[in-house]
Amino acid sequence: MTMFGYRLPGMSSLLLWGLLWEIVGQGGLTFFVPPLSEVLGTLFEILGTTAFQKALFETAYAFLAGVFFAIAIGIPTGILMGKSRLLDELLLPWVNVFLSAPLTALVPVLMVLFGFGMKSIIITTTLFAIWIIILNSRAGVRQINKSLVEMAHSFGASPTDAFFKIYFWAALPEILGGVRIGIIRAVKGVIIGQLLISIVGFGALFELYSANFLMGHFWAVLIVLFALAFSISEFLAYLERRVSYYAAKR
Amino acid sequence: MTMSPTKETITPVAAAGFESAVSARNISKNYGNVEALRDMSLEFPRGQLTSLLGPSGCGKTTLLKIIAGLLEPTSGEVEVNGQKVTGPGPDRAFVFQDFALLPWATVLRNVAFGLEMRGVAPSEREARAEKYIKEVGLAGFEHSYPHELSGGMRQRVGLARALAVDAQVLLMDEPFSAVDEQTRRKFQEDLLQLVQNENKTFIFVTHSIEEAVYVSDQIAILLPRPSRVSEIIRPSSFRNKGVDNIRRYPEYLDIVDEIWASLRTYVE
Repeated sequence: MTMFGYRLPGMSSLLLWGLLWEIVGQGGLTFFVPPLSEVLGTLFEILGTTAFQKALFETAYAFLAGVFFAIAIGIPTGILMGKSRLLDELLLPWVNVFLSAPLTALVPVLMVLFGFGMKSIIITTTLFAIWIIILNSRAGVRQINKSLVEMAHSFGASPTDAFFKIYFWAALPEILGGVRIGIIRAVKGVIIGQLLISIVGFGALFELYSANFLMGHFWAVLIVLFALAFSISEFLAYLERRVSYYAAKR
Repeated sequence: MTMSPTKETITPVAAAGFESAVSARNISKNYGNVEALRDMSLEFPRGQLTSLLGPSGCGKTTLLKIIAGLLEPTSGEVEVNGQKVTGPGPDRAFVFQDFALLPWATVLRNVAFGLEMRGVAPSEREARAEKYIKEVGLAGFEHSYPHELSGGMRQRVGLARALAVDAQVLLMDEPFSAVDEQTRRKFQEDLLQLVQNENKTFIFVTHSIEEAVYVSDQIAILLPRPSRVSEIIRPSSFRNKGVDNIRRYPEYLDIVDEIWASLRTYVE
């Protein structure tokens, strides 16, 4: 965007909103919104504390493990569903049910099945992320140009070759879109898991700070979480742009 | 009658003096209740270009894909060099109407794709791909991507890919129908050169009468409902007389007219 002849850098609007936050905070309208400057001060204060670093580590571990399983299981499942009519008929109803189901309500069931530890949190994270990854990979495969498949077949491609050299690449733009949305959902999943299953990680910090009305701390952790999720999602958006040159011409 | 094409209106057999590279015998193909091909037999002489020409819905692409091994006939069989076709094989290479290039891969990798599938080592397949990229006139575009090329150049990539695997039979499915008229003419001239220089058998599907008469040693006219080979025409006087003169030969014009006369009733 340009304004008064100047090109504004990306996300300039954040400055405006930050300013508004500061004004509302300084006005002392509600204890719930401390000034942004205070929140940022708190942020740098708690970054160095062991409690925060432990929480960050626990959250990152559960998040990365959950996302890993969502991707490692989701992409092949989606591609196979796109290729095989039978598998698609079998699995698609379940994928659609879980995609729109209120997964939070399932978390107690997971606790019964898998206990109160890290395992349940990781599974919750995976469950939040995997369905959209499956659906997008499937959609990517289904729009594949049929003559590309015929081409590979006619030049003697084995099923493995076709999977890794045709289907995966042809579906990659959709797969990356699915992974990006899946990861955003996984952020929700990991925090909900940490709040509901066992009070660890960032979930524990949110619980602690809000119960003690430490709103500065509360917002600081939220900003960290937002920044992390935003960076990962932007990184995937960058990867998506890298493949967009062929996305429109398959 | 001044025309001199050899005509065979009965069940076609190989023209005398030619050895068949590909034989289609009693091919039928049904899709459910729809009969795409019925009891079709056709011989394709070695080292020559045979066109399959006919109105849409006459099953010419179906026949080509059966020869390629991409489709299975309901009954009948195809033999390539005396070997029964059971699927795609290294003796045949396919050129696609929509080019079928990998949009995420460079020209070099696209041309080498057939060799890659055959397990040829990277350095060797790239060397061979480069040779054929030059041969089709795309030198300098080895590292371009398909979306950076024009339609005509993309089909040159598709052609180079088919040539690179050095198959004896080249199957071309309306290869020039998606390129503009001028590029198309250049392609047709280049194709004649190719047929002459490479000792390969070409099977060429087209819906353009002029194109078929221009490039073919043998034209099989296919008619629909039910699909059958209605006649085989072998132009004789203007073959090997130079690409520039073909369209001025009376025989060329006569054959074009004659084919149109037999096809016009099938055009809606």
